[in-house]
Amino acid sequence: MGLINKSIDDLHTMLVKKEISSTELTKEFLTHIKNTEAKVRAFLTITEETALAAAAKIDEKIAKNETIGILEGLPAALKDNMCTEGIATTCGSRILENFVPPYDATVTAKLKEAGAVLVGKLNMDEFAMGSSTENSGFFPTSNPWDMKRVPGGSSGGSAASVAAREVPFTLGSDTGGSIRQPAAFCGVVGLKPTYGAVSRYGLVAFASSLDQIGPLTKTVRDNALVLNAVAGHDPKDSTSVPFNKPDYTQFLENNVKGLKIGVPKEFFGLGLQPEVEKVIRNGIQTLQELGAEVEECSLPHMEYAMPTYYIIAPAECSSNLARYDGVRYGYRAEADDMIDMFKDTRAKGFGQEVKRRIMLGTYALSSGYYDAYYLKAQKVRTLIKQDFDKVFARYDVLISPTAPTPAYKIGEISDPLTIYMGDVYTIPVNLAGLPAISLPAGFVNGLPVGMQLIGKHFDEGVLYRAAYTFEQNTDYHKEIPAFIKEVG
Amino acid sequence: MKISRKEVEHVALLARLKLTEEEMNQYTEQLNSILEHAAMLDQIDTAGVSPTAHAVQLYNVLRDDEVKPSMDQEKVLKNAPDAEDGFFRVPRIV
Repeated sequence: MGLINKSIDDLHTMLVKKEISSTELTKEFLTHIKNTEAKVRAFLTITEETALAAAAKIDEKIAKNETIGILEGLPAALKDNMCTEGIATTCGSRILENFVPPYDATVTAKLKEAGAVLVGKLNMDEFAMGSSTENSGFFPTSNPWDMKRVPGGSSGGSAASVAAREVPFTLGSDTGGSIRQPAAFCGVVGLKPTYGAVSRYGLVAFASSLDQIGPLTKTVRDNALVLNAVAGHDPKDSTSVPFNKPDYTQFLENNVKGLKIGVPKEFFGLGLQPEVEKVIRNGIQTLQELGAEVEECSLPHMEYAMPTYYIIAPAECSSNLARYDGVRYGYRAEADDMIDMFKDTRAKGFGQEVKRRIMLGTYALSSGYYDAYYLKAQKVRTLIKQDFDKVFARYDVLISPTAPTPAYKIGEISDPLTIYMGDVYTIPVNLAGLPAISLPAGFVNGLPVGMQLIGKHFDEGVLYRAAYTFEQNTDYHKEIPAFIKEVG
Repeated sequence: MKISRKEVEHVALLARLKLTEEEMNQYTEQLNSILEHAAMLDQIDTAGVSPTAHAVQLYNVLRDDEVKPSMDQEKVLKNAPDAEDGFFRVPRIV
């Protein structure tokens, strides 16, 4: 119980003071993973051997009194859509079940460079398409707060493993809310950085103009420390933006005096559960009492974000997933004819939700419908982006619920449109390429509720400042799922 | 705009997906319900609005045309379902 609940700073200090070795620490977390995985099932792959080898190397450095970085020697895990050389990367799909990448994603390389000890790969909705991790091609993951409930998705494994204290931090990816919504459902901190702030090289593509990698952690400070390690321009990703990367910990100030907060009224309708609204209104009031200036504002085109997203994301997905043809990598179904081979391979390799989105996207891009759907959606995307530009002329941060409800039960919702609606507050942020963070803001019937803070492009700093202040003045992040105390 | 069962068959061919009868029926129904929802975009006047492909402005990224080492052929072919003599092997095309 002691170790697994510690912050990155505390674990680092223990390593530096030689109170524990990286090998001991890694073993401790691996044991906890073994004790919890039967219930949580957050991991698709556990890399015990390579993890212990990496830890042993760091212990040699520590023994020689060499300086170690803040993440060095600490266990970490990645969503299974980030390439890891020599370690299976399935994307939660049967079609990539046996795929072993020949190279590391940039985020993988950066974490290795920072000395993080990779203990495994995490479950997800197949190709990151879903909001509950029920669409994994392998098995669903459970929410550590209630095993009968979903952890959210698509980065469900990334959120559930942090909530279950199986690893100090993880990376997830977010195309329409896939870091923030599971972070909210599992009571952890999840940041979707500005589009272009973190390299997508080696991230298996879903919707390239929306995908972004970000950290999931127990606390806001841990989150900033991980972002420090993974953010930055990458020549290997032409959509990554050259910008002056700050030390994100400099923004961790317990002070929101004078901070201008906008509360977009459109984010408090559309299926929002009254109990969740109450939690978020209380959260906003807390920040107001701490000196922030709060005002209601309006983003008039928000109701169009959902349909816009469900044209653009499937369109990009249908194009990106054309590569799974059974030729260069992945599963292949045997057939005498080339076209039949393609069709069988994709029919057997992809799950229902992925096929549904490929169909939708192919239709939206097909001759005769392109202007009516795809081009139209791209134009509405401009209007949505302009709405944000207008309000950010007046406010530093926008606040909303992360999701309209807390975690629902596994198998409870089967209608795709109803599931899509759960991302109604997170999707607009991806369409506009903005950074946003979800942090624990309270509980409804024992289930965590997340509050979303949205910032201007490349202003992750103000999100960290506001989130840190909230966290320092509340205790929600200190709550731990009950079953962890049992396996302790 | 309603998508017909016949269109779903055509789209499945374009997407290179072999669908069962059941999937065809299911997708016809589900795509219609999603597209019905998407039809609300028609309510917005977008005359004169330019489309956004990326929320953050992108620029062409150029580099010098220099020869650099690339991945070993063996490594590249390692994940191939079938390979021979340094090539990907596929079923007969013609």
